[in-house]
Parts: sequence; structure tokens; C-alpha cells
Amino acid sequence: MDFVNAIILLLNYIFVPALAYGSQLALGAIFVTLIYGILRFANFATGDMMSFGTMFVILFTWYFQSVGISLGVFPTALLAIPFAVIFMVGYMLIIDKFVFKYYRAKKSPPVQLAMVSIGVMFVTQAVVRIIIGPSDRRFFDGEKFLIKAGEFKEMTGLNEGLAIKSTQVITIIITLILVSTLFWFLNKTKTGKSMRAYSDNEDLALLSGIDPKKIVMTTWVIAGILATIGGALYGLDKSFKPFTYFNNMLPIFAAAIVGGIGNPFGAFLGGYVIAFSEILLTYAYRKFFMYVLPESMEPDGLVQLLSTDYKFAVSFSILVIVLLYRPSGIFKGKVL
Amino acid sequence: MRKNLDVIAAYSIMMGLIILVGIFQSWNIALSIFNLCLISAVMTMGANIQWGYAGLINFGIMGFTALGGLAVVLISVDPVQEAWSAGGSNILFSLVLIIAMVLAVRYILKNYKKSNNRTYIVAAIIILGIIIIRFISEPGIEAIEDVEPAKTGFLGGLGLPIIFSWVVGAFFAGGLAFVIGKVALGLRADYLAIATLLISEIVIAIIKHEDWLTRGVKNVIGLKRPAPYEVNLQQTDWFINLVEIFNSGKLSLISDLAERQAALNQLVIEGSSVFVKLCYSGLFLVVVIILLILTQKALYSPWGRMMRAIRDNEEAANAMGKNVVKQHLLIFVLGSAIVGIAGAMLVTQDGLFTPGSYRPLRYTFLIWVMVIIGGSGNNFGAILGGFVVWFLWIEAAPIGLYLINLTTAGLDDTHFLKVHLIESVPYFRFLMMGVGLLIIMRYRPKGILPEKIEIK
Repeated sequence: MDFVNAIILLLNYIFVPALAYGSQLALGAIFVTLIYGILRFANFATGDMMSFGTMFVILFTWYFQSVGISLGVFPTALLAIPFAVIFMVGYMLIIDKFVFKYYRAKKSPPVQLAMVSIGVMFVTQAVVRIIIGPSDRRFFDGEKFLIKAGEFKEMTGLNEGLAIKSTQVITIIITLILVSTLFWFLNKTKTGKSMRAYSDNEDLALLSGIDPKKIVMTTWVIAGILATIGGALYGLDKSFKPFTYFNNMLPIFAAAIVGGIGNPFGAFLGGYVIAFSEILLTYAYRKFFMYVLPESMEPDGLVQLLSTDYKFAVSFSILVIVLLYRPSGIFKGKVL
Repeated sequence: MRKNLDVIAAYSIMMGLIILVGIFQSWNIALSIFNLCLISAVMTMGANIQWGYAGLINFGIMGFTALGGLAVVLISVDPVQEAWSAGGSNILFSLVLIIAMVLAVRYILKNYKKSNNRTYIVAAIIILGIIIIRFISEPGIEAIEDVEPAKTGFLGGLGLPIIFSWVVGAFFAGGLAFVIGKVALGLRADYLAIATLLISEIVIAIIKHEDWLTRGVKNVIGLKRPAPYEVNLQQTDWFINLVEIFNSGKLSLISDLAERQAALNQLVIEGSSVFVKLCYSGLFLVVVIILLILTQKALYSPWGRMMRAIRDNEEAANAMGKNVVKQHLLIFVLGSAIVGIAGAMLVTQDGLFTPGSYRPLRYTFLIWVMVIIGGSGNNFGAILGGFVVWFLWIEAAPIGLYLINLTTAGLDDTHFLKVHLIESVPYFRFLMMGVGLLIIMRYRPKGILPEKIEIK
């Protein structure tokens, strides 16, 4: 029984949260990696673009709530996402037309494009804060828990409860659907294949008659969808605050690079690698060992490898180690 | 003279703007803007050495700034004797262990060939070392943090004059840069940017959470000052006389003696804070001028030419027998050390060390905006960038307010749009920075004062 309790404990505090957090990171990481692979620059505006998309989700959610539309047990935000995506994609295409296109045509070095993306970061951040303000916002409604800790205890008669938030399940399901659609698109459709070809060898792709304008536009559309949904899921699960979104850029970068930048599948897995290692290394295992070990061997301390203060530092350290020993990432991405 | 006309013009406009702030807002604000402009200028000089001279991207400026600030605490704060006796020996022993660990890893890396076994041994040493160090340092750290947690709760510093810390800050930052450079400089440009950005976050995480060393988010306040205190100044005779002489015209208009005394007192209070700020300005100006002379000399020396050659064509420079790796490391350390000085200056001026305030937007990206807008590769440009951007950063709110009032003049004062816009005035600075950066990068990619290379 103790053993089952221990497993439930780990599921409750490590596995489920890490899976949800990892999914959110994975969407962001695929966004980064797509931009890097096809448009060829490190997008420092990632976090703020995600907060921009989430802002529209929140605005539409408020609108729907005010006119009385809701999805019952599901959060209204799910209904708002498609509308927000339209605005987000529009914003991205406008930015591309007025900012990035010029440098792409000039074939500027990636570093210059990265600097330009810092300018976009500042502008986006300002727009978000001017429209919705810098404060913490929760926009979740509907049923909060799928399984409550207390109910689970009653149901199974165990000491440990397993609480599963509905947002966690929604996050994981939507991520899986979205990512599998994306891979199907990249691997099976003609546009997807031409995108991969363009990313692999630009000149050769152009020679074989692939239209670069179409590729770039498709990339921004996909990026807009990923950014909005990734941001909205994070906001539903935790809360929306522009500053947090800006900071999330860092673990997202870490995930993209750990997985091998330019490789969407690597980025997908990279998100989970980062999320799991962050939570595994900063979790206090005391209770776990109390269940597993005999009473005489129970640990005194918290049995925590690192204090939770170092949560971010963990993912960055992993990234630095990966960069040093395998600069192309765990799953060979583009060789940089 | 003529070829430097743009530099002179740009700087005169800048100084004119600051003087205008002094006349229309107050000299206090003008001087605090000026002081922070000077500090920003030091930071941009550091970043410019790395990016403008050598083409190295360093997005870790925040980390080096914070280390400079840490140096101020460790140098100038008086040592906390009780904390030292409570846990000092544990900390020192852990320090010895860390050094031993690093030496052991180095020894293995040097003397054994690359193999899986070597990697495992190195990993084992590091993991074991961390566990042992945690066991030894934990009681010491707890003991130290228990010593009057509301007032001290940390080891304190050396109790030396605060000016020393500027040099020590440079060494701290340079030391960190050496380590980062050793491991990360081989990366490609945008990878280096991301790596340094993340490493600087790690540095901040450590400074924020190691309370025994830095007091963490509890902040260190009441640092020593290289300048006199306002309260003392207000009671010094020569200072009161000085204020009286400066304002004799204004004061002679007031006939009533008591009223005149009150007016004088008010002027003395205002004057004292201006005087203190002027002292800081003087100190900072000395640093900026010394650094400017050194960096200008370096830029036009054979070494500077070599750096430009490396920047513009690494392979060719390598083929000519220049040691690119070594020079990159050197310039990375030098630039970071200068940023460290700026970090120490900043904390000295504020008189307090607040680890929670180090944010990448303010201390990394804003500095980069300064370098790019000012003109990378040109020291005068980088300094000007520091001035212009910091000035706009502070004055963006008044300018934004003015623009909002202008554009929404037709609307009622309680109109929701106007109220909302006025509430969000603080964020117009981000908008201004972003738009400024985008415009400069598009239409004047070399900055306001572009790099001038004289080929003789």
C-alpha cells in the first residue's frame, strides 16, 4: 500500500504538473524552432508574442462572458482561441511585412535579425501593457478539477490524493492534437514538405520552384497559432501576467536548443525534458522516502536536491551543458 | 575639428536637453538623469568593446552588473563578527572544497584522454562534491542567517572604503567572464547570445537566494558613501554660506528676516542634495573620461586594428597568425570588467543593493538598445547612445503624457479611453525604445554616430 501511495505522490506532485508545464513549453519551443529553421533567426520576442496572443484570448473571453456565452464545464477561453488566432496571425504578418521582410530581402546576418526582434519585443511588450495592463489576470472559468484530491482518497482508500486540474488535461490533449496535426502537415502535405525543403537548403528549394513568400506566410500563420494556443494554455493553467510571459522565453529557448534547434520534434521533447528536470530536481522527496523506506531509515531533511528558488537555474544549467557537449542538441537539429 | 563636427553637435544637443530639464523640471532630476547617463555610458562602453570591436554578442550584461554590485557589498559593508564566528569556518571550508573540486576536475581533464570513463569520473566528482559541500555548508549557512535576521543575517564585507569596490567589481565581473568565455565563446553568435542570457539569469538566481552572502531579497541598505551626507552638509557653515552667495539676489528680495531664514533653509536642503549629486557626477565623469581615453587609444592601436580584422573576417585573421580564440577571450573579459565597474558605480550611487531589481530588460536589452542606437564600434557613439536612451527612458512618461493630451484633446477628461491611456503612460517608454530601435536599425544601421575607420 505504501508503495502505491508513493507512486500517487509522485504522480500528483511531479508527473502531472510536469506534463502540463512541459506541453506549454513544447508549444513555445516549436514556435521558436520553426522561426529559427525557416526564417533563420533567434526570435527574442517569443515570450511577448505569446502574451500578445493570450491578451486577445482574454479580451474575447471577457466579451463572450459579458454576452453570456459559455462552454459549460469547459473554459470559455477555448471558444475565444480561434478568434484570437486570427488577430495574432494578422499581427505577425503585419510585423513581418514592415519589419522582418526588409532584412530577409537584404539577406542580413541572423544576428541583425535577432537585434531587430529585440525591437519587436519592446514594441509588443508596450502594446500588451498599454492595452491590458501589467497586472496578474485569471480568465479561467468552468469546472476546475477533473479529480479532486479528497474524492480520489475516498474512492481508492489511499492516504495520498491525486488532484488533476481540468486545465492540465486540456493542455495535454490540445498539445497532442496540435503537435500531431503539425507533424502530419510538415511530413505529408505539399506545403509542409516545401517548408522543410526551404529550411534545409534555401537555394535548392528556390531552384525547384518553391515560392518563398508562401513559405514565409505559412510559417507565420503556424507560429501565430502555436504562440496563441501555447500562451493561452499557460495562462489558463497558471495566470496571465506580461512579465511572466517575457521570462518564460528563457525556458522555451532552453527547450528549443536542448531538443536541437530547427528540429520541431526535438523541440517538442525538449519542452518535456526541461519541465521534468526542473520539477524533479527541485522536489522535496522526504514524503516519498517515508513511504518507500522502512521506518528506521527515514530521512531527516527534506531530501531536496536543489531549493525551488533555483527552478529556472536548473533548466538553464541543462541548456549550458547541452550547448557545451552537444551544440546541435539532443536530437540533431540544424548544425549551427 | 570639422570631421568631429557631428560628435560635438550631438553632445551639445544632449547636454542642452539635460540643462533644459534642469531649468524646467528641477536640477535634482536633471542631475540624477545625468548620473545614470554616465553609468549607462560606462556599461555601453563595455558592451561596445565586445560587440563593436570584436563582434561578440554578450547578453549577460545584467549578470556582470549584479556582480559589480555584489562587490560593493562585499568590500564596503563592515564584517558581521557574530556571523563569522557562527558559521564562518564552515563557509571557508566549503570554499576550500570547491577549489579542490575544480582543481581535481582540471587535473583529470588535463591528464587523461577523452573517453566515456573520464566523463563519468568528472560527473561523479562534481555530484559527490556538491553533496559533501551541501552537508558542510548547510549548518554554517543556517547559523549565519540566524544572526539577527532582520538586521544582518549575512557575513558582511571587509569594511573598506567603497571606492575600492569599483576595482574589485571589475575583477569579479572579469573573473566570471573568463569562466564563461572559456566554455561558451566557441558557440555561434546567436547561441552565444542565448547562452550568456541564461548564464546571467543563473548568476542572478544565486545572488538572490544565497542569503548568507548577499542578504538576498532582503536587500542591503545604508551602504557607505564616497560623497558627504545631505544631513551633515546642511549643518556645515561653509556650505550654508555657499548657498547664500549663490542665491544672494533671490534672498535680498525678501525683507523679513525670519522669512529670509526660512527661505535660506529651504534652499540649503535643496542645495545639499544637488551638491551630493554633483559629487557623484564628478566621480563618474572621471571614470568615464579615463575609460574613454583608454578605449580610444586601444581602438586606434595595432591591437584595435587586429580586433577589427578578427571581427570582419575571422578566417583571414586566423590565417595571418592571430590567435582568435585568445583575443576573443581577452576582449570578453575586458568588456565585462568595464560593465562590472558600472554595476559597482550604480550600487554606490543608490546606496543600496537590491538583487530583486536586476531584470534582463533593464540591464541587458536596454544597454543593447543604447549601443545600437548610439553607434557600435564608435566609443563616442556608444556613450551618446547611453545618454540619449537613458534620457528618453526617463522622460518618456512626460513626453507620452503630453502626446496623449494632445491627441485626445477633443475627448472628455473622464472618457474611458483617455483615462486608460493616461494610466498606461509608464509603458510608452517600451514603445519608444522599440520603435526607436527599429527605425535606427532600418534607416541608420550603423547608429547615430557611425564607426569611422581611417585607413592611412
